[in-house]
Amino acid sequence: MTIPEAKRAWSGQINTVTIGAGPEEGGTRSSVVTVGGATALPFYHFEGVLPHPPVVAMEVWDVQPEGWPDVVKAPFSSVMDDPAAWARVCVDEHGAQLIALRLQGCDPGGADKGPQEAVKAVRAVLEAVGVPLIVWGCGTVDKDNDVFPAVAEVLAGENCLLGTITEDNYKTLTALGTAYGHKIVAESPVDINIAKQVNILALDAGYPMENLVMYPSTGALGYGIEYVYSIMERSRIAALQGDKAMAMPILCDLGTQVWKAKEARASEEELPGWGAVEARGPMWEAATAYTYLLAGADMLIMRHPDAVGATQRAIARLMANGGGS
Amino acid sequence: MILIAERINAGFKDIAEALRERAKGPVQEWARRQTAQGADYLDLNIGAVSKEPSDMRWLVEVVQEAVSTPICVDSTRVPVLEAGLDVGDGRPFLINSTTADPGKLEQVVPLAAEHGAGLIGVAMDQRGSPQDVDRRVENAAQIFAVATDAGLAPEQIFLDPVLMPVRHMQEQGPNVLEAITQYIMLSDPPPHISVGLSNIRSGTSEKKLITSTFVAMAMARGLDAAICDVMDDVLLNVVATAELILNKEIYSDAYLRAFRMKRGSS
Repeated sequence: MTIPEAKRAWSGQINTVTIGAGPEEGGTRSSVVTVGGATALPFYHFEGVLPHPPVVAMEVWDVQPEGWPDVVKAPFSSVMDDPAAWARVCVDEHGAQLIALRLQGCDPGGADKGPQEAVKAVRAVLEAVGVPLIVWGCGTVDKDNDVFPAVAEVLAGENCLLGTITEDNYKTLTALGTAYGHKIVAESPVDINIAKQVNILALDAGYPMENLVMYPSTGALGYGIEYVYSIMERSRIAALQGDKAMAMPILCDLGTQVWKAKEARASEEELPGWGAVEARGPMWEAATAYTYLLAGADMLIMRHPDAVGATQRAIARLMANGGGS
Repeated sequence: MILIAERINAGFKDIAEALRERAKGPVQEWARRQTAQGADYLDLNIGAVSKEPSDMRWLVEVVQEAVSTPICVDSTRVPVLEAGLDVGDGRPFLINSTTADPGKLEQVVPLAAEHGAGLIGVAMDQRGSPQDVDRRVENAAQIFAVATDAGLAPEQIFLDPVLMPVRHMQEQGPNVLEAITQYIMLSDPPPHISVGLSNIRSGTSEKKLITSTFVAMAMARGLDAAICDVMDDVLLNVVATAELILNKEIYSDAYLRAFRMKRGSS
């Protein structure tokens, strides 16, 4: 009996998005990152091309982070009060392919820093490392809209990834992205219909959808990962079937979610029999990352160096020899 | 839904004139306008006024000059179809059409096979139009069998259950819908199912409403192609909505816009 041919041919392709710009493109980056371009499901090398492997960005804050458990603070304990030094450690010692600078210090409920302080942090990180930057707002809409004009301007020509736009707040950032040449993260609250809507709204605001990266929200392993997984999977299938409004590379922001999970942060005293948190925490983050890679993640924002290393090794294995090994 | 745009047809005065005077303008203008609306194919029909293969040849060349949209050559005359296919520049072609008449099948099916073109098979035969479900199924099955024997894949075959004017032949509506249900069971994957949509509205007062309502009902049965007026935005919106309800597209509040975007139209 012959085995029936089960390969699928897809008509669509994921958009190719490059973050960062070297001197020749008007920026200062010593490396740039390109994601997307796939014509097949994740790691289905036999069905199409997967020209760009997923990448890992490491997360840096503009203030001393609150709420991070010790296990994930430990690798950065001496540099967490200095975003530039922290970013350097991520790149030089832990192989971060991008730095995701979260402007958490601008949060009105926290340090409430102003635009100029944000610019200072951004500039310091930009000068400290050669990798491309993701700059993420504090999440308070009015404050982000207040801070981003100055941040986008100081980063002009660097081709950064700025986040995020949402269904209710997309006009400011799309205008800035157009004016200063930045890519943009389109966020939706674990809702595929809103994900598609945000992408279309960006286009309606005059921002090309080819410059968007989609962020469907991220749930940690054990905390809603299956909902996000199925949304990513469905988005990717729709994109490969030709739905241009879903053809963006997908970003997962792991750190914020994973390190809230008790499985990642509780000590062995609190959870007898669960093993040392020093190993368990990074493993939780890596397992979450691996799951999202299989769902179609193109870009992962992560925290723990051990998890980053494990994830990068997994990506290398999944991409090697056409995935056949 | 595969939309085959109907407007470049010498049954329309401007096209008949353009054809007669070899004036590219109106033809290319309709090619561009229908492409901008998201047409998947442009139907080219030299009409009852001409029997000349050279007219179809000219039409195909003129359209190919203006747009890259796939072409559907439409004629009851085999030499006319052949003339159009011969000047094809490598883009996908669709042949409109054959019937189940053995004499016709014998000539048109090899043409599709030879040119790698799709083929619309209208479920009529030498006795004329089918009046019931059985004849529609019998004729379509005959076309399907001959076409697949000649090496055409099911995806290349478009079966047409023969849509008739609701004003004069109301009893045929249910027959057409039932035939569609049976057509999709012919193979896995099923063949495409196509209709000449404008037939249903002829002589009626509510042309757009009747066309759109039929499309929604027929899509639920498996219709996935139509020769139609792609300039009719009501029709396009209904098709977009039906695709949504059939779970062929992901919902977004701007889904009508998404539908047009997907088709490269504005």
